[in-house]
Amino acid sequence: MKHIISALVENKPGVLAHVAGMFAARAFNIDSLAVGRTEDPKLSRMTIVVVGDDKVLEQVRKQLAKIVPVVKVQDFAGQPVVARDLMLIAISAPAEKRPEILSLIEMFKGKVVDIGQKLVMVEVSGPEEKIEAFIDVCKPYGIKNVVRTGTIAMPRQAKTEPD
Amino acid sequence: MEPNSGNSIEAIDESSLKIGAQIIVDTLLEQGVETMFGYPGGVVLPLFDRLYDAPIRFINPRHEQGGCHMADGYARASGKVGVVVATSGPGACNLTTGLATAMMDSVPIVALTGQVRTELIGNDAFQEADTTGITRPVTKYNCIVKRVEDLARTIREAFYIASTGRPGPVLVDLPVDVQVAKCRHDGSKQMDLPGYRVRTKGNARQISIAAAAINSSEQPVLYVGGGVISANASEELRQLTEKAHLPVTTTLLGLGSFDQRKPESLDMLGMHGAAYANYAVQECDLLIAVGARFDDRVTAKLKTFASNAKIIHIDIDPASISKNVRVDIPVVGDAKLILAELLERVEFRERKPWFKKIADWKKKYPFSYDRQAATIKPQYVIEELCRQTASEATITTGVGQNQMWTAQFYRFIKPRQLISSGGLGTMGFGLPAAIGAQVAMPDATVIDIDGDSSFNMTMTELATAVQYNLPIKVCILNNGYMGMVRQWQELFYNKRYSHSFLTNPDYATVARAIGTVGITVDKKADVPGAIKEMLAQKQPCVVDFKIEREENVWPMVPAGKSLDEMDGLDMLESLA
Repeated sequence: MKHIISALVENKPGVLAHVAGMFAARAFNIDSLAVGRTEDPKLSRMTIVVVGDDKVLEQVRKQLAKIVPVVKVQDFAGQPVVARDLMLIAISAPAEKRPEILSLIEMFKGKVVDIGQKLVMVEVSGPEEKIEAFIDVCKPYGIKNVVRTGTIAMPRQAKTEPD
Repeated sequence: MEPNSGNSIEAIDESSLKIGAQIIVDTLLEQGVETMFGYPGGVVLPLFDRLYDAPIRFINPRHEQGGCHMADGYARASGKVGVVVATSGPGACNLTTGLATAMMDSVPIVALTGQVRTELIGNDAFQEADTTGITRPVTKYNCIVKRVEDLARTIREAFYIASTGRPGPVLVDLPVDVQVAKCRHDGSKQMDLPGYRVRTKGNARQISIAAAAINSSEQPVLYVGGGVISANASEELRQLTEKAHLPVTTTLLGLGSFDQRKPESLDMLGMHGAAYANYAVQECDLLIAVGARFDDRVTAKLKTFASNAKIIHIDIDPASISKNVRVDIPVVGDAKLILAELLERVEFRERKPWFKKIADWKKKYPFSYDRQAATIKPQYVIEELCRQTASEATITTGVGQNQMWTAQFYRFIKPRQLISSGGLGTMGFGLPAAIGAQVAMPDATVIDIDGDSSFNMTMTELATAVQYNLPIKVCILNNGYMGMVRQWQELFYNKRYSHSFLTNPDYATVARAIGTVGITVDKKADVPGAIKEMLAQKQPCVVDFKIEREENVWPMVPAGKSLDEMDGLDMLESLA
């Protein structure tokens, strides 16, 4: 099962290497990893998507918490969260296909962020399934490049999304 | 003023400033360091200059690996933090085996390494290595100090992290410019470790549940590891076993936590453990693990390990719980505190049939060997050592057959008495660890029971023992093989002894060349006399015992088998 693990870590050199090294050394699989600063300049947030059974995930949480500069570890499995990926995707878009492509972008609430002679670059964010679905619908046109941030997530107050 | 001094605005009284190297030494003294091990080199010269007249005993090994094992032996023997220093690049790289050894066996060490100047880092400078990168997986924590203002706090934190919770090695990398930069050292004792928490007090509810399980168990076994020794909980363990009436088996690193002369002792369990310990674990209805981690050399085949038992696991490291086996009653915390609380809640229970069963196994399958043999049996040498030292010596070992025979045939009676590389299985550990232990306990009899191949790996440290007149004793069980490798090749590779034998030097001559006493023993009848002569020495002494060449360690659980599927039992039974 896929788990989203959120780790608050000290904003120090070597912490990312320590976390990544621990995952490699203990043969845990990272699906995605996103790191960024928090409102506190001394702390960073790592959001790690890990695949494994309950036993593996229990070890992942414990081994993470054991790393000295890791301050707090949360596993969001089983609780309501907002989880988002951000993607930049370059789609081949000859003039005659552009209206079609633009309507797809609109359906996915994407944003055109660059247009060239042959390509259009689109910014899409949302849950991972939405990102995957957008990639699927773009495939017939030809995808030149995809860059994704990996999932970030935050627990929500309300039980469901407002929309 | 130095460019990276912290006191930038107000006028500075130069005399109140200290250089980084002095701050390091002051912080070591603040932490109670009396002894250090280490090897100088280019980028640690500022630190060595400050150590020149510091009130710290300094021991120079011949190789940094030896220095790290010495710090390890010192720490295991004394319970204090072992400190080792090395220079950058090769010096730091040479520490890695020692750090990994300490990491696996949870030994508190602080390693200080020199590093090239901060502005050169990453440029492939002379003797530069990415020390924190290389040592990250083999340390509990490591870091590099880039500002002299952070030095005292970081070193203080290193000692705290190394010695608390599940102990382990911590490395601090020290660029040479930070060692000579100046700042005001105000003597504050600050630490800043928001991510480091240690749970020492066990959960009261869990302890009650554990006590109830013990009180209702008909066939319990205590399975004790090195954690009981590092927690200094042997006395609590003894009281618990007496009050609740429990049999005790220990891991290799747990030997000494429980007096092996007591009837409740089942000695060591595992791959080369006692048959009675392995049977008891497999048949118990309650396994009480304390400060042990269900290592594969203990459990054998995991699926069938103690399969009828409910499992209590007491450990300070939450990550050890349910890592290898599913634990029914986990209690996270300090073994000393938890055992003391458990003691208040347990009741005596006779368990007559269980103890009878254990006594029968003990009678049927004792550790044994052919006592009538004309050759020198390694087990005989160890029994004789145990007899002549009255079970009181501090013993270190190499790795392999010598280590297993020591575990089987020396009777350990007190904690910190056996110092052996368990988890990592580091050949060459015995001699430098003995040196470290002797430094910690100048008056103790410290004996390295070693194999010839293990001894070969670090025998250069004999010169260290001679230089500092540390009267360690080395007993080489010399069979001219890498004994355990040969045993496996005999049993599993059709006696194809592929590269498992060496042409050894004459060790007695080597000892004499290094400036101390060497004795060769090739007759069984000479064994007691040679040991007597060795123990009488006030200087280092090497005894080369030419043992039976193809002796094997029995019993043995072959790889992939269950803990009670031991080979060699027929032989033990016939010798019983």
